Amino acid sequence: MSEMISIQNVSKWYGEFQVLTDCTTSVAKGEVVVVCGPSGSGKSTLIKCVNALEPFQKGEIIVNGTSVGNPKTNLPKLRSQVGMVFQHFELFPHLTITENLAIAQIKVLGRGRDEAEAKGLALLERVGLKAHAHKHPGQLSGGQQQRVAIARALAMDPICMLFDEPTSALDPEMINEVLDVMTELAQEGMTMMCVTHEMGFARRVADRVIFMDRGHIVEDCHKDAFFGSPRSERAQQFLSKILQH
Amino acid sequence: MDFSQIVPALPDLWEGMKLTLELLVMAVVGGIALGTVLALLRLSSNPLLSGFAKGYVNIFRSVPLLLVIIWFYLAVPMLLNWITGDFVPVGAFASCLVAFMMFEAAYYCEIVRAGIQSISRGQVNAAYALGMTYGQAMRLVILPQAFRKMMPLLLQQSIILFQDTSLVYAVGLMDFLSSARSRGDILGLPHEFLLFAGAVYFMVSFFASQMVKRLQKRLAV
Amino acid sequence: MNYNWDWNIFFKSTGIGDEIYLDWFISGLGWTIALALAAWAIALVIGGLLGVMRTLPNKWLSGLATAYVELFRNVPLLVQLFIWYFVVPDYLPEQTQVWFKQELNPMVSAYISVTLCLGLFTAARVCEQVRTGIQALPKGQANAAMAVGFTLPQVYRHVLLPQAFRVVIPPLTSEFLNVFKNSSVASLIGLMELLAQAKQTAEFSANIFEAFTLATLIYFTLNMSIMKFMGWVEKRVRIPGLMVEGGK
Repeated sequence: MSEMISIQNVSKWYGEFQVLTDCTTSVAKGEVVVVCGPSGSGKSTLIKCVNALEPFQKGEIIVNGTSVGNPKTNLPKLRSQVGMVFQHFELFPHLTITENLAIAQIKVLGRGRDEAEAKGLALLERVGLKAHAHKHPGQLSGGQQQRVAIARALAMDPICMLFDEPTSALDPEMINEVLDVMTELAQEGMTMMCVTHEMGFARRVADRVIFMDRGHIVEDCHKDAFFGSPRSERAQQFLSKILQH
Repeated sequence: MDFSQIVPALPDLWEGMKLTLELLVMAVVGGIALGTVLALLRLSSNPLLSGFAKGYVNIFRSVPLLLVIIWFYLAVPMLLNWITGDFVPVGAFASCLVAFMMFEAAYYCEIVRAGIQSISRGQVNAAYALGMTYGQAMRLVILPQAFRKMMPLLLQQSIILFQDTSLVYAVGLMDFLSSARSRGDILGLPHEFLLFAGAVYFMVSFFASQMVKRLQKRLAV
Repeated sequence: MNYNWDWNIFFKSTGIGDEIYLDWFISGLGWTIALALAAWAIALVIGGLLGVMRTLPNKWLSGLATAYVELFRNVPLLVQLFIWYFVVPDYLPEQTQVWFKQELNPMVSAYISVTLCLGLFTAARVCEQVRTGIQALPKGQANAAMAVGFTLPQVYRHVLLPQAFRVVIPPLTSEFLNVFKNSSVASLIGLMELLAQAKQTAEFSANIFEAFTLATLIYFTLNMSIMKFMGWVEKRVRIPGLMVEGGK
């Protein structure tokens, strides 16, 4: 399998404080990788480094052959190929759902308005929200907003998707509707890197699990190995805490 | 007190009001545009640009508007003279317009800056993640939201500006107040015309502020 | 056209007596400060009273204060000044009128008009800051004060005002700075304060840029010093453990 995302010896500091220490891992084409760990372990920071929303000071990240840290890289172009879903949805509140889906297609990819809206509507139907196309984000529930956010990312025809805690701002009854969309996506062969605490999702859908703690990648292995017998004590503690519920 | 002479003078006064409103609209549009640029510079990570904007705002906010009006009135013709090497008549209106735009820009800048800062970092990230450039993220995502939030404050500042346009009296421009004063002097009724002018300013500002308050309530919901 | 830059202009003779231009600026600054301080005293007293009135349960009193604020806030300062200077004196009792218009030094009569005008104008703005300050206090404070048996005046004197006073220092500082800047309208009725002196220097010496640069610098320095001073005052009166988010 060829590599989609390659992270090599990445370190990052906020001033004196080191948030990432020598992180190395990779995501192959078509692979689904779940990144987990206690809060403050650096997992969200790491995933934001992948599309350069966060700068890093050491190491290298290569996405589909392009170096993210290289100052010469055309970041907008790279980001337009990488879909991202955020914890707080981040739909644009001043635009309707249709406009949210179309705006970047038109302004970034240069598609025509009709084409962009048609594509947006098709994706909206796919996530089961076609009836809400004319509404504003504030009129939808959290789960619905997050499904729109996924559709918005897919509208750009991404080569891979990043998920940054997509369900942790949702009420419990809405988590599954989002996870279902993600599962479907994974089954279609999308390359996905997901920061999430949903261990059920990881067990069912992921190929590999990365466990982070205090800025280090502590475990990086096949999901069966991770859930079966995590090597590190920290991962064992984390799992026993999270799986008891 | 004899207010009967005001009615026949209304067409003249309207000419003055037209100048006031023209100056106001152009100064508001120019001031907000320049203020927005200053706000973007102020928020830039380049210390030179943000330092320049900060200095600009600090200086203009610490001097009286009247000083700026008079200074520009005396200095703009000279500056143009240096640049073009030739005498260019600019007139009081143009120099006042520049003075108002530059002065108000400092106040609009602070409003716009607060508006931009009130939009969450996540929105910027989301725009970038979709492949937008800085310019696109600002234009399509951040500024439309920020302006919606700032609208009441921008309007409030513009009502203050409406009242402040009366200061052009200092350079002899025939705005609403000046034309009321000159009519009053000609007709020998200075008190009546002055009080009438005050009443007009009051009504326009008062109703405009009531509208802004209503807008503010609607936006708050 | 050649412009003769001359930064020494301020030390040159004005041609009137043995005054140099710097003397003009110093005397102008004196008038500006005298205007601002007197107007500020009026604004604080009347604005403070009105601010309290606006928070009172009595509809008449709070309505009166509201009307005052709306009236003084929605008429341009210059119009108000013309009314105080040109209109009001004509309605004074005859003797006072003669005294004000003829016997009094014209600088002093202009000074009285501007001070009154600026003081009452600023009072409306002070009122709003004081009201906001009082209303920002937790409701429980007034209730707790009543519960221990205070009368309404006592509630204000011992509980609400001492707290509100501290909250309103920063907004009042910016109003205080506004008084200095607004006092420049006095130049339009012939009072030779700072701006008028700068203008006169510019016209006498033709050194426009130097004259207005110095005036700008003086206003700027005045502004900065007042801000520093008020920052110090704010720190001095801060209540330990309170208003943490407001503190820097």
